[in-house]
Amino acid sequence: MFVFEFMRNAFLASTFIAITCGLVGVFVVARNLSFLSHTLSEIGFAGAAFGVFVGLSPLNGMLLFTGASSLIVGTLSVEKSHREASISAVSSLFIGLGILFLSLSNKNASYATNILFGSIVGISAAEVNQLILLSGIALIALLAVYRILVFDSFDGVGAASQNIHRNLLSMFFLILLALSVSIGAQIVGSLLVFILLTLPAASAQYMGRSVPSMLAFSLGFALIGVWLGLYLGYVTNWPVTFFIASIEVVIYLLTLIYNRWQTN
Amino acid sequence: MHKDSILDIEHLTVRFPDKTVLDDINLSIQRGTMVSLIGENGAGKTTLIRTILHQLKPTKGKIVAHPSAGKRHLEIGYVPQFRNIDAGYPLSIKSFVGLNRLKHRWPFYFPQEHAALIKALKRTHLLKLQNIRLGSASGGEKQRAYLAQALVNDPELLILDEATASLDVKAKNELMTLVQQLNQSDQLTVIFITHDFELAQKYTQRYMFLNAGKIETGPVADLSEKFLEAHA
Ligand SMILES: Nc1ncnc2c1ncn2[C@@H]1O[C@H](COP(=O)(O)OP(=O)(O)O)[C@@H](O)[C@H]1O
Ligand SMILES: [Mg+2]
Repeated sequence: MFVFEFMRNAFLASTFIAITCGLVGVFVVARNLSFLSHTLSEIGFAGAAFGVFVGLSPLNGMLLFTGASSLIVGTLSVEKSHREASISAVSSLFIGLGILFLSLSNKNASYATNILFGSIVGISAAEVNQLILLSGIALIALLAVYRILVFDSFDGVGAASQNIHRNLLSMFFLILLALSVSIGAQIVGSLLVFILLTLPAASAQYMGRSVPSMLAFSLGFALIGVWLGLYLGYVTNWPVTFFIASIEVVIYLLTLIYNRWQTN
Repeated sequence: MHKDSILDIEHLTVRFPDKTVLDDINLSIQRGTMVSLIGENGAGKTTLIRTILHQLKPTKGKIVAHPSAGKRHLEIGYVPQFRNIDAGYPLSIKSFVGLNRLKHRWPFYFPQEHAALIKALKRTHLLKLQNIRLGSASGGEKQRAYLAQALVNDPELLILDEATASLDVKAKNELMTLVQQLNQSDQLTVIFITHDFELAQKYTQRYMFLNAGKIETGPVADLSEKFLEAHA
């Protein structure tokens, strides 16, 4: 399958996507941000559509929108209940905007499906390079705040009693999340990128008992999903995103059963 | 200032916009002692502690810490009042205890950090339980894990904020016996925040009673005469 350039590109891109989303996802799940990552991916859709409309690449449009909205969400209320309601409102608005931008930009319907559901044929070598660069930035950012992020994510009360700048850290992580959403959406699409950000990590929580082991499991599950999904998509000609989603769900169910069995 | 105090609190006032919680408090805490901090809900106990931990700025006055010879700052271990660890909490006790190692940035622990981790587990009798998930631990074990996390940087002063409140009588006494052992064998200074006069009398030497912004101190023996009747 690697005789085709687009497959090599897709393979490289999805490897880095899996690394980024798999690792960042551990903190998304620990910080209970699954819902927000879902919303950010919808905002990412609008950003991609906006990018197409004004002549940016979809990825840059996404980075712009998700980055800006994570800053807004970060400065908004800290209260959870209020936040979820306002996030829902914001996301409805953004999906509407995305549809508007797409229809204004006169692109055909398949372009919209690519942004929403992902595509493996559309990725150029230049885009792969940008993805790798962005992944590198995300990983360095993760490394830079690793210990305080781990403490704050897995024991917020304990972290609050240390002199950590929690608000700043939270903002930092939201931007990291926006970056990861934009990266991940390039293969699996904006509609389902939150799968890569939540399911491998949720499965990893059932398997690992330390953060490094959860990171390893999550990374492994994400890689299995995209590699196997890419291969099956290539063989069957069915959408890769379908396979990735199904594989991650199967892994999730298996780890859930393992966890139940182990605790009994 | 006392000769062997670990903390001197001088003319400390902490005021929130709507109320003065601590009003010109003077207090010394002696190294190696166990003292209880008593007061009604909302009296300002946690506020006092947060000021000691530098999380709140005094409106007036100051807190002077006296680290032991050779140490640059006073290391304080703090067990916060409310923790929400549910049954699905994934980390092992050992991983949870290690969260508080923030002096380095590197994701993996250095050998001396690992040794500190093991020492904290040993001191809290959690060595055998270190690999079980904290979510599946009992209330008393959880409380010991919180304690171990507070001990992992080898503090000279330990502050327990109503650590026994959610425990049954047996677990309460086990935890306090453990803290007492740490106090006696390692010269660990302990501030124990509680509502429980009996526990205060049984395990600590002096009390600090916080009421209406003022603090009263004395040996715990005086506690019964002074307050038990009033509260009976
Ligand atoms: N950050 C804050 N801003 C305003 N008021 C506060 C703040 N923190 C505590 N208070 C108030 O100060 C009082 C003392 O609170 P606290 O120290 O938590 O009491 P305790 O721990 O003794 O139950 C309470 O009335 C509380 O509402
Ligand atoms: Mg309190």
